[in-house]
Amino acid sequence: MNLKLISIVLGMAVATYITRIGSQVLFASAGMPEWMERWLKHVPTAFLTALIVPALLLPDGHLDLSLGNSYLLAGVVAAFTAYKTRNVLTTILVGMAVIIILNRFLPF
Amino acid sequence: MIHNNLPVGLPKPQPDVWKEAVKDCLPITTGIIPFGLTCGIMGRSAGFSTFEITFMSMIVFAGASQFMAIAMIGSGITSWWTVVFTTFMVNLRHLLMGAYLSPYLLKLSRPLQYLLAFGIVDESYALTVSRIERKGYDPYYQLGIFIVLYIVWNLSTFLGAYFYNVIPNPLEWGIDFALPATFLVLLIPRLGNRTSVIVCLVSALCAVLGALYLPGKWYIILAATAAAIAGGLMEGGTKHES
Repeated sequence: MNLKLISIVLGMAVATYITRIGSQVLFASAGMPEWMERWLKHVPTAFLTALIVPALLLPDGHLDLSLGNSYLLAGVVAAFTAYKTRNVLTTILVGMAVIIILNRFLPF
Repeated sequence: MIHNNLPVGLPKPQPDVWKEAVKDCLPITTGIIPFGLTCGIMGRSAGFSTFEITFMSMIVFAGASQFMAIAMIGSGITSWWTVVFTTFMVNLRHLLMGAYLSPYLLKLSRPLQYLLAFGIVDESYALTVSRIERKGYDPYYQLGIFIVLYIVWNLSTFLGAYFYNVIPNPLEWGIDFALPATFLVLLIPRLGNRTSVIVCLVSALCAVLGALYLPGKWYIILAATAAAIAGGLMEGGTKHES
């Protein structure tokens, strides 16, 4: 067992837990200001968008708006599927099918 | 005093809430398993033993920061402070999620609060928020989501590490599309009014710019903060007008 690695992992665990419990500790004693409640309401929408959009537009870390970006095309199809069906599994399967078809059968 | 933190009338879990949590988790696990396998494989190739990398998944339980740390250690950056501080920065976005969930969490008993806080990750947060808006908050739903994701993440890390010589890179299957697809299903029903659409657009723009020019996961923090403030300001504005 590598003690150096284990000590890094323990440090990571503590650092990560602080980020998870921090807000609760803060608001348990001080309460949450009203302006903050108002903008926290929008955090989920903003957050989901921030998770999705870079995954589709920058799948390899750089901006790719070309037709060769299968994630972008699959994302457009999946967004439409999500809108129509509201079903996670269908959306995943349709999106992955688009990616597989594009990667297999298109030359670019 | 602690009296306001006591669990006042915490309801017993409804019989169906566990089933509901498992059912909502299953599609998202198809996206998590390849990441867990990859985490195990990458960990082994960076010099972790199967135990060490599984141990990391068990006590850190935050995929993106684990990948970052593994990549740093694999490339020879083994300074304790550098890796731990990077982990902290990558995971700062949990503060936003924790802040959003705290009004609900603070009503629970301390041990349950601390346990549920440990389970905050992008996926559990997204599912829990969507449940809050459909049916209201249920701590047992959040707990169920955490348990399923925790088992799946650790088991897939372990299997990836254990079979690391035999498994080809699972992220090459295009299966990593499962996570953005799941988030799309959670996002689209939220875009029913003008404020939400603008919040979404601001977030998209900031996220792309941030992903291009900022290191690590800072783009998420930038985009979520900027867009949420924009939404809050717009709402404040309309309230004054009417």
